[in-house]
Amino acid sequence: MSTTFETVANIIAETCDIPRENITPESHAIDDLGIDSLDFLDIAFAIDKAFGIKLPLESWTQEVNEGKATTEQYFVLKNLVARIDELIAAKSA
Amino acid sequence: MRLEYFQMIDKVLELDLEARTLRTANTVPDESPIFEGHFPGHPLLPGVLLFEIMAQTSGMLALRLHNYDRMAFLASVDKGKLRTFVTPGQVIEVFSRLEHDGSGYARLKAEGRVEGKLVCNADITLKTMPFPAPELRGYLLSTAKRIGMPMGDAPAAGEGACQESLTHV
Repeated sequence: MSTTFETVANIIAETCDIPRENITPESHAIDDLGIDSLDFLDIAFAIDKAFGIKLPLESWTQEVNEGKATTEQYFVLKNLVARIDELIAAKSA
Repeated sequence: MRLEYFQMIDKVLELDLEARTLRTANTVPDESPIFEGHFPGHPLLPGVLLFEIMAQTSGMLALRLHNYDRMAFLASVDKGKLRTFVTPGQVIEVFSRLEHDGSGYARLKAEGRVEGKLVCNADITLKTMPFPAPELRGYLLSTAKRIGMPMGDAPAAGEGACQESLTHV
């Protein structure tokens, strides 16, 4: 998996005190890792800082609430990492 | 300060939009029912109110930077330190700096000083969202006016509906 995943996994492990070995690309941040919205703000802050991006949490949440997206699309880690990579690419484009 | 009304900020000393910082002055009242219990014979400003002062200064900065189109609610206080007693009559200068403006949240660093001495500091996370009620926005605009927040050409006070909702605080 990408270094992006390693960075994100380490951030989650450190922020939420979750054993690193429990965090896989298939992990769902909410359902599997039990991360709540407040903890996810800390994670988002660390991700934003680490990659120099701004995770669009508000629009993701809105899409999920409106049934236009599933939580899996944004909060399964391999998908989250893919979104981060897209944001990094968009930033440098 | 009007502690019983949670009006913690007395006045703005300096706003720097480019550096994204705000400095406020806040005088602890000589008398308050709070001191009757905290503590008899040894009145101290409760530590939670020192966090509230830092949170409100951070919130007013976030609101100003967002031109009062979003409300900011306290979400978390990290690395909070209460370094010394703060007593009636003392003036607390609070400095807050926006560290990161995220999507739906803001992270700030804040500190309070009395006569130059650091008395408290914390990392403040605010959850930001559209105002849930127009009267709340009016109240915050009114508060900004009361504390002398420089509004420049950006304030929402020019928007009729909100200006009409201003109430004197």
